[in-house]
Amino acid sequence: MTTLPQTTEKKLGLVIDLDTCVGCHACVISCKGWNTENYGAPLSDQDPYGAEPSGTFLNRVHSFEVQPPQGEAQLIHFPKSCLHCEDAPCVTVCPTGASYKRVEDGIVLVNESDCIGCGLCAWACPYGAREMDAQEKVMKKCTLCVDRIYNENLPEIDREPTCVRTCPAGARHFGDLGDPDSAVSQLVAERGGVDLMPEQGTKPVNKYLPPRPKDALPEFDVLAPFLEPVIAEPKGFLGWLDKALEKI
Amino acid sequence: MHPAPSVIFFSTFSGLGFGLLFFLGLGFPGVTGWTAFAFFTIAYLLAVGGLISSTFHLGHPERALKAFSQWRSSWLSREGWCAVAALVIMALYGVGLVFFDARWTLLGILGAILSIGTVFTTAMIYGQLKTIPRWNISLTPAYFLSISIAGGALMAGQVTWAIALLVIAGAIQLATWMIGDKAFATSGTDMASATQLGNIGTVRAFEPPHTGTNYLLREFVHVIGRKHAQKLRVIAIGLMAVLPVVLLLLPFNHFIALIAVLAHVAGVLASRWLFFAQAEHVVGLYYGKR
Repeated sequence: MTTLPQTTEKKLGLVIDLDTCVGCHACVISCKGWNTENYGAPLSDQDPYGAEPSGTFLNRVHSFEVQPPQGEAQLIHFPKSCLHCEDAPCVTVCPTGASYKRVEDGIVLVNESDCIGCGLCAWACPYGAREMDAQEKVMKKCTLCVDRIYNENLPEIDREPTCVRTCPAGARHFGDLGDPDSAVSQLVAERGGVDLMPEQGTKPVNKYLPPRPKDALPEFDVLAPFLEPVIAEPKGFLGWLDKALEKI
Repeated sequence: MHPAPSVIFFSTFSGLGFGLLFFLGLGFPGVTGWTAFAFFTIAYLLAVGGLISSTFHLGHPERALKAFSQWRSSWLSREGWCAVAALVIMALYGVGLVFFDARWTLLGILGAILSIGTVFTTAMIYGQLKTIPRWNISLTPAYFLSISIAGGALMAGQVTWAIALLVIAGAIQLATWMIGDKAFATSGTDMASATQLGNIGTVRAFEPPHTGTNYLLREFVHVIGRKHAQKLRVIAIGLMAVLPVVLLLLPFNHFIALIAVLAHVAGVLASRWLFFAQAEHVVGLYYGKR
């Protein structure tokens, strides 16, 4: 049923730390690796070694340059995958019921055997979280690694989404954002986690932790005024050359 | 948005077909027998042809029956129900007219409502999308409905109605463009809200996730042809509304009426192409594109 549940027992999701992400794309690769050979249809590539490579990814890392009014520009790496919205517009538009939000944990999934590949859910998603696989012609999206997080065949340490498990910088966190006492909820509260495009009314479960303010370096060393100044005027040959060129 | 030919043909021709069914259902023109058969054949070819064309953009058309299941939440599912109901009711009504020389008025009115309802559900598929501010305005259903009804009047040979409705459709088209042009800027979604980095400074897309293109860019970021948009708008409204109205004001003959219909269809195709090509999806912001 593509009507959304009123509430979900848990709100499993990710917290992504934009202060810590180094933009290595390891999460992108591990996501593609795990999800192309487990849940659902594989994530195909078209022309992977040719002139125009293209493929299906459930997680992509953008990089943005932010120029403050004063000071240096900052480069911010920005991983983006399904935000498992509470008010997921992708679910309600689905005509077949292939898209659904789970009552038990809030994960938004696609039942691929019901998907007619109309693409309307991808149109409805403001975040670009859904991609139609060009080979399988069904809609693919982040499953929050539903085949890992409850998988008792895996060691307990691996029972989290593969992007989180892989991140070498600790920029990704997984947990229940519906429980105010969970580690992720406390992290969000402490760091002022935010929703992307809140005006779209999707109520995303995933939160983004904004970059911390940068340290401001002093203009010069405190001892600099007491040091011998660097020669401002060139002398000797360079001095002559400088004067000669000035006159021309 | 990528202007997929299947969807442009679908919305243009099925809109025209359901518009004609709307007038036939209300008894304009009040035809029976073989004349009615000819009118219904044209209407069904347009409406059903359009619907079949819309399945060409499905990844798995063999599962299309499943699309009837989610009418509670999905406008696409409601469109399926409305279309099938309209076609079945109007077929029964048509049988009465063609074979029994009988006008079952209530059945015709019900069929007319369902026909126009189908166009409304089509419009709402687009109008509901907050992600595409140009479409997410109340004028979107007005745009689809006014063109469908005006085209239906033209096809049904209701000259007086057609002139008035074409003028209305033209006016709504102009309003749709004027308000639509401002919709993205006033939607409140921009790079700052998309990234939530605006409180640090001005955000600029520095590097895309991949060097190549992807589904999202192919489907949602269509910039080719936008530079000719203003010229195409003049062509669209000229062919869709202005020329047919001028031709209908001339003394009536069937050749002029045919030219008016062809001009109208060409104009609606151009208008529908612009409807998609000029629509900007907010996901483009993550790529620094619109």
